[in-house]
Amino acid sequence: MKTIQELEEIRKKTLETISLRKDQTGTRVVVGMATCGIAAGARPVLLAIMDEIKKHNLSDVIVAQTGCIGLCVYEPIVEVYKPGQEKVTYVKVNPSKAIRIVNEHIMKDKVVDEYTIGTEA
Amino acid sequence: MKELSLHILDVVQNSIAAGSTLVSINITEDLDTDLFIIEIIDNGCGMDEDYAEKIKDPFITRRKSRKVGLGIPLLYAAGKRCEGDLKIESKKGKGTRITAWLKHSHIDRAPLGNMADTIKILIVCNPEVDFSYNHKKNEKEFNFDTREVKRILGDVSISEMEVITWIEEQVKEGLKSLNGGADTL
Repeated sequence: MKTIQELEEIRKKTLETISLRKDQTGTRVVVGMATCGIAAGARPVLLAIMDEIKKHNLSDVIVAQTGCIGLCVYEPIVEVYKPGQEKVTYVKVNPSKAIRIVNEHIMKDKVVDEYTIGTEA
Repeated sequence: MKELSLHILDVVQNSIAAGSTLVSINITEDLDTDLFIIEIIDNGCGMDEDYAEKIKDPFITRRKSRKVGLGIPLLYAAGKRCEGDLKIESKKGKGTRITAWLKHSHIDRAPLGNMADTIKILIVCNPEVDFSYNHKKNEKEFNFDTREVKRILGDVSISEMEVITWIEEQVKEGLKSLNGGADTL
């Protein structure tokens, strides 16, 4: 069983690293989490993004959710906001596409053109 | 929806949109009376009592972006399909309680699915909101409350990945103990 002691340990460990990244302005990844998104498979997509961020220790990336943006047919939708760059909208995302988006766009600044709304729509 | 936990993830979004600071998710599985009960209680803005019953209709919604809302109607349909129903109680300014019940053994009842994933996403995307999760199965019970986790964490955010992993394990193990060691329901 996971114990409270373990949680205390995590707290201490995190406090040490937290000060290092306070003033970084990071990337925001937003996943559509309305009924349409959830029904289309947004939950595994968001979890895949979270796992990938954790795997590569990308501490300045924020994952967030949004409601329905009115393009339900293209769900699951993932939007990537990089500071100083235009928003990129990915459509019909699945967990493996999500992993590629993290690895190429978020980590190497290479937009995965074939998954973007302009290409898929 | 393929899993009841996806319905829960969806319906809780309403509570969050209503400005809730605390959302309680209570699941009761009573095998003697053959019932699967999902209860979602929030302290959000609430709504008028007569309006509350109407939102089972997909064409009644308060959202501004368009004229349909499917979250509650889908859970309602899932209940109806399984000899169950859905009840909405709300008080303006106080909050809302959604109760859905389904026949536990009904062939069309979707499995609960991955509750740990649902809880994880709710917390990561809404770190400022508190969630309590209570799950009863016959005489066994499991409780999880983000207020307790936050009390221990102090200045550390609950949405830190390490913390989220801890929470996931906590929920998974808790549910496993309800099911006599089995992973899924």
